[in-house]
Amino acid sequence: MSKISDYESIVGAEVINELKMLAKKLKDKVIQNINSTSVGGGVAEILGRMVPLLQDLGVDARWDVLKGGEKYFQVTKKFHNALHGRKTEITSDDYEIFLETTKENIEQIEFYGDIIFIHDPQPVALVEKRRYLKSRWIWRCHIDFTSPDPEIWKFLKSFVEQYDACVFSAPSFARPLPIRQFLISPSIDPLSEKNRDLSEEEINNVLEELKINRDKPIITQISRFDYLKDPFGVIEAFRLVKKYVDCRLVLAGGGAVDDPEGQKVFQEVVEKAENDPDILVLLLPPASDLEINALQRASTVILQKSLREGFGLTVAEALWKAKPVVASAVGGIPLQIAHKYSGLLSHTVQGTAYWIRQLLHSPEYATRLGENGKAHIKQNFLLTRHLRDYLLLFLSLEEEEDVIYL
Amino acid sequence: MHKKKPRLTKAKQPFHFYTRLNLIEFTGKKATNLRELVEIMKEVPGSVIYHHTHHYLQQHLYLSPEPPNDFAYWVTYILREDELGEEIASIDLCEFSTIRSLREKIIETIEEHLARNPGTLRTAPPGAEFHFFKTITFILPTPYIAGDLLEFLKALRKISIHSIYFHMFEAKLRLEKGENDFSRWIEDMLKEKELAREIAKFDPYTFTMEGLRGELCRLITKHIPGEIIECQK
Repeated sequence: MSKISDYESIVGAEVINELKMLAKKLKDKVIQNINSTSVGGGVAEILGRMVPLLQDLGVDARWDVLKGGEKYFQVTKKFHNALHGRKTEITSDDYEIFLETTKENIEQIEFYGDIIFIHDPQPVALVEKRRYLKSRWIWRCHIDFTSPDPEIWKFLKSFVEQYDACVFSAPSFARPLPIRQFLISPSIDPLSEKNRDLSEEEINNVLEELKINRDKPIITQISRFDYLKDPFGVIEAFRLVKKYVDCRLVLAGGGAVDDPEGQKVFQEVVEKAENDPDILVLLLPPASDLEINALQRASTVILQKSLREGFGLTVAEALWKAKPVVASAVGGIPLQIAHKYSGLLSHTVQGTAYWIRQLLHSPEYATRLGENGKAHIKQNFLLTRHLRDYLLLFLSLEEEEDVIYL
Repeated sequence: MHKKKPRLTKAKQPFHFYTRLNLIEFTGKKATNLRELVEIMKEVPGSVIYHHTHHYLQQHLYLSPEPPNDFAYWVTYILREDELGEEIASIDLCEFSTIRSLREKIIETIEEHLARNPGTLRTAPPGAEFHFFKTITFILPTPYIAGDLLEFLKALRKISIHSIYFHMFEAKLRLEKGENDFSRWIEDMLKEKELAREIAKFDPYTFTMEGLRGELCRLITKHIPGEIIECQK
């Protein structure tokens, strides 16, 4: 488990000192995080890292998990899909199951926090307990909220409105609400297996295992096999580049094992590759973090040619490795890439191919973009910035002013 | 006979370095065309105008010395009003010592454009509306304190870029002190008028933040006698 001091060599002593100063101001507060699972999923992963680091800073942060049966989680899965804009039928029985489980949890959970920090839609209705408590309540929405199904949003909104504040990840996710809304971007952990420094030997070992030869430039897209990640467009762009530059394409991703659509997309991508020996389509098993890290580090250019994207943290992962990135200007990607400064933004297959060729022909420019990209991620998208924003968020609950002297 | 050793002026009051940290809050307001943009700009708090003219600079301050403001970016790339976009982008932020006057200048620029082009109101496509955010600024002390120019130089090399940002930009415009904190202290406490003037006439918007740190250090070093600098090596 990483300690806050482990990050000092990466972000500098000043950043760690600022975190310590902020943490001191919260020493009398208990922060109670509540979500729906202790293992698996992005939120559990974030809490698993954040809570111990907050404790290491001296903040009394704790973590409780809501309990629910199989039916309840089937319902919340439906909510999740509908909030992502997928057409999903939600019955009155579903709402009843959701409310009944919430009621049981309100009775079972001990709400001891000065600040109750609720993560994602599953435990959102616990806020019904609020009227009996003096605590401050925050709802943290981690999911893509670009176009939620109006019916489910109407239902959830009645609970969200009872909070003191809510937090979204990107400007386009924010909704008209009568409560305060904060914008806090997600982050990557530079010390995790997916992002830590690797030796050349480690990189070579992984590439040997994956049977990828490093004899020519490697262009890579890491993403699950999903139409919205446009793997077909990536292959088309690669073929346009290949006319002029000899190179290799790697399309690698996981998450298709229990996803029937993912399996189908994977098969279609393999067919589209037409046995071209320079196109490698890799289905990675879960927990392939080391493999992803090595693949990114071995790449000459990294792509994220998504048609739609939540935040798109794979871009931050690639930039952290100082790689030149060509990505679509969708979702949270323009927050991570300033066009021509820290990467390149494209809108079409032809544009993607054009920028890849530019990068392959101008290695100095590619290096500069990668270095700028890394600096940008260091400043704005590392876990330490995420911790800082959370500490500021907790402190802001007691303040109405826009300039606050601590 | 002993040669008199050069000495640095000691300040009556030392310089305390502060830093600032920001949190971004959504106002719930959004505009789809220029008229809506200008109407909302008139009613939002100053922290909103500050956010949209400075947040790019804060996020990219080590990359590019040409910070576009959000209003100019939206007008140019979303509404495709290139001429107006350029007019807004070229508003000289250095000229303004209050957010109020900066807000008035941007509004005036847009309103003049609307008057020159009646009847042509372009609308942003769905999803590309202008969302209004504000910056909540937390100001906190750092452990760095300087009593003379050499101590000031040493601290300047160590403080975070947020601290430089706070004293050079935020103090002047957002806290409406009229000038940056460094120039004021150097002039009032150290009586180094020439150095204070040199720093005051900087256009900090044309430097990256590390470039600004480098330039400040270079200027200050020039005003410290060589023997003292040598002693520190």
